[in-house]
Amino acid sequence: MPAQYLHSLLGGLLIGSAAALLLLGRGQIAGISGVVGNLVERQTGVGGWRIVFLLGLIAAPLVVRLAGGEIAGVLSLSWPLIVVAGLLVGFGTRLGSGCTSGHGVCGLGNLSQRSLVATITFMAVAALTVFVTHHLLARG
Amino acid sequence: MANKTSTAWLRVIPFASGLLFGFGLILSGMTDPLRILAFLDVAGSWNPSLAFVMGGAIAVTFPAFAYARRRGHTLAGEALQLPDRTTLTPRLVIGSALFGVGWGLSGVCPGPALVIAAGGAAAPLLFVASMLVGMALYAVVARPRTRAAVSAAQ
Repeated sequence: MPAQYLHSLLGGLLIGSAAALLLLGRGQIAGISGVVGNLVERQTGVGGWRIVFLLGLIAAPLVVRLAGGEIAGVLSLSWPLIVVAGLLVGFGTRLGSGCTSGHGVCGLGNLSQRSLVATITFMAVAALTVFVTHHLLARG
Repeated sequence: MANKTSTAWLRVIPFASGLLFGFGLILSGMTDPLRILAFLDVAGSWNPSLAFVMGGAIAVTFPAFAYARRRGHTLAGEALQLPDRTTLTPRLVIGSALFGVGWGLSGVCPGPALVIAAGGAAAPLLFVASMLVGMALYAVVARPRTRAAVSAAQ
């Protein structure tokens, strides 16, 4: 377990460094839902930087695999639930102006009150959702 | 003001940032939905590792934002594109709550979704496709249309 915590901490430092690099290098917030959402909406004045950032993001797992590393991550959920969850994550992050990265990593780092409220809300609701699906419904 | 070498560097920054971000998500375990669900399962076998991820990330972003704000611009002298909204709105809370339900059902948030979908498996690809539809749906039904509406709604 301590090794897992160390990996989490080091991974967190990398994520924070990535956000700091984009902020100090380009003046932009590394919020994934904002980056993707702005591309989906084809906002005017959308920077090509968003596409380049996403290319870097999806290159990461390819580089890790080429280097012989493994990526933990199996999404074992029924297909209808995957669709419902995906729709909620897409719609909700845009309505709420951010996700785990934009609010949780950048916004909290920037001492934003909005991001604090957003982060507490999505964490509490997610924990409640897990409680309902894993404990209440599982007992059936 | 910036010479050709420094502007070339500026173009590489988003790629380097995205790559670093992806490595961080993979190393931290954020790409593993079961680990996320275990973190969110406070009444079960709680796994606190996600708290280390956020703690590690904020340990870097907090001084970085403080420094950027004091400078007032990027290292190359460009403007900072920071959100200027400060009001708490129903949209912020309702949107975050909807995101929380989706995150709690799946254990997947947007960044990890893209990283695991890059592996080509059907389930994460379906998740990303649904997420994009959700974002497009927002743009059609709920996005404020005018600047005035934007500042009023957000």
